[in-house]
Amino acid sequence: MTPLTLTADTTGRAAKARRTAWVPTLVLLLGALYCLIPIAWVVIAATKDRSELFSTFTFAPGSGFLQNLSDLTDYRDGIFWKWMANSAFYAGFGALLSAAVSAAGGYALGRFAFRGREAIFKMILAGVLVPSIVLAVPQYLLLSKLGMADSYWSMLLPSILSPYGVYLVRIYAAASVPAELMEAARMDGASEWRIFSRIAVPMMMPGLITVFLFQFVGIWNNFLLPYVMLADDEKFPITLGLYTLLAQGASQPALYTLVITGCLLAILPLIGLFLVIQRFWSLDLLSGSVKA
Amino acid sequence: MTSAPLKGSDLTEVGPLADGTGTAQSVRPSRPRRRGRGRSAPYWFLVPTLTLFAAFTVVPIGYAIWLSLHRVQVKGIGLGKGARSQVWNGIGNYTDVLKDSEFGHSVLRAFGYGLIVIPTMLGLALLFALMLDTPKARSAPFARLMIFLPYAVPGIIAALMWGFLYLPDVSPFYYLLDKFGLPQPDLFDGGNLYLSFANIAVWGGTGFNMIVIYTALRAIPPDIYEAARIDGASNLNIALRIKIPIVMPSLVLTFFFSVIATLQVFTEPMALKPLTNGLPSSWSPLMAIYDKAFLQSDIYGASATAVVLALATFVLSFTLLRISDRYTREDRA
Repeated sequence: MTPLTLTADTTGRAAKARRTAWVPTLVLLLGALYCLIPIAWVVIAATKDRSELFSTFTFAPGSGFLQNLSDLTDYRDGIFWKWMANSAFYAGFGALLSAAVSAAGGYALGRFAFRGREAIFKMILAGVLVPSIVLAVPQYLLLSKLGMADSYWSMLLPSILSPYGVYLVRIYAAASVPAELMEAARMDGASEWRIFSRIAVPMMMPGLITVFLFQFVGIWNNFLLPYVMLADDEKFPITLGLYTLLAQGASQPALYTLVITGCLLAILPLIGLFLVIQRFWSLDLLSGSVKA
Repeated sequence: MTSAPLKGSDLTEVGPLADGTGTAQSVRPSRPRRRGRGRSAPYWFLVPTLTLFAAFTVVPIGYAIWLSLHRVQVKGIGLGKGARSQVWNGIGNYTDVLKDSEFGHSVLRAFGYGLIVIPTMLGLALLFALMLDTPKARSAPFARLMIFLPYAVPGIIAALMWGFLYLPDVSPFYYLLDKFGLPQPDLFDGGNLYLSFANIAVWGGTGFNMIVIYTALRAIPPDIYEAARIDGASNLNIALRIKIPIVMPSLVLTFFFSVIATLQVFTEPMALKPLTNGLPSSWSPLMAIYDKAFLQSDIYGASATAVVLALATFVLSFTLLRISDRYTREDRA
């Protein structure tokens, strides 16, 4: 760290000389390289068969990708694809509901002045501070009393409320829905619901897409909640599925190639999503930046 | 459900709207008086949020607190209906938690891990953000996307991938060390284990924090830099004297969330557990709670431990917020 910050001084001179700033460029490329190592490794390792995995050089491509793919698909009658579908369902449906709930809640907190607004807002935000397991264990015990533990609901319902989503929508609503427009619509006799659904929601759309993405990634990546809630591996999301596969691999190293191929397939959808979406959606929106 | 009292108590206060906290967005003055129904609109919009908040945050916390104050009493040999009953245990579970050295050790491990992760991760995030913000840095959009990419990788899968990269038979690092005849450390042992876990967290978390800091940097009006350059400030001076102080609130925020995340470390040690021998099943506080609740089937003790962890998180959070508040206020003065 220290040498890098010190050399930033040469950057100053370089910038003055109107040339490429090499030090920042180098630092950024090193950072990119570090972040790419495991991804490049998993891409290459997924092409290796069992013996190649432990014998050939790490970054030398192997010859078994299609075999690994068909082994993975055959494993327990294609349970891997079931896990992928489950993850897509939990993340997609959960994020959609989350965006809808955050839209209404954040809109109320951002565009109305009412008694108890700040108290409600702070209370919901404080939810961020509660350690996930403090909620997950009693949620599991309560849901099992209702006979809902180990069900799709037990994964979906606790994932809907997103304090961060409510917070983001509140910011977007306050910044992007003009009070004059709401007032004008009220004068014209529009109901509050109509103002919300026809005026506010379209105007808050970039923010809602951000909440959707944020929550999609959050649910897709969640490990603790399914680990606590689910026992039936037919309902597992991909994270928990691959974990159990690895845990078995400790005694059957043959499963390692399946785990590695599975890891690659599991990260492709999200990486693809980000690569596609960054063309028309700015990363900065994630941190609540209003001007995109 | 508990949503009823929450909502109810708020509805009774709808009347005068005397609350002065409504800031710039207050639409109250121009709202026609006859539209009484408009007054209740925000509460209706909040119904889904508050219902979910009550059902999945308030009730579980309440239940955890209730459990933490009880224990199970077994009559006879504990068979048959009614042989096991829940009885009041007061603070008994809590005194057990404080005496529980396993939990104490897990907290210490989490702190040790945090001491490595947080400075490294935020230091790198700040460094990358500053480099991105440097004019004439080539390939900045590419690097920004690549450094952010790990955010899209589930923590457990990141840990699995790194776990394989730590295995001597598979790892390119061991291959290189072997080539050069250097000693090969065991990355799953003792102190190295902390570095191994920390690396996974740094890899996964730097990008997101970088974006938060970079967004704050870009919001700084460029004329400030122009003025500084005219005064002869170098880029390093601008970074140290202007940029870092201005983005301090973002740094505080990322620090704050990193501390909370550290206390909750779970995925990395869980993922590496199958690859190592001898990683205790109560390595981190969350693992200790899970272990107690489901492996030792002591939901009462587990609840008390969870409540202690939650209280510690709250105390730590408010202390941090208080300190940062004072810091930024002094800074302004």
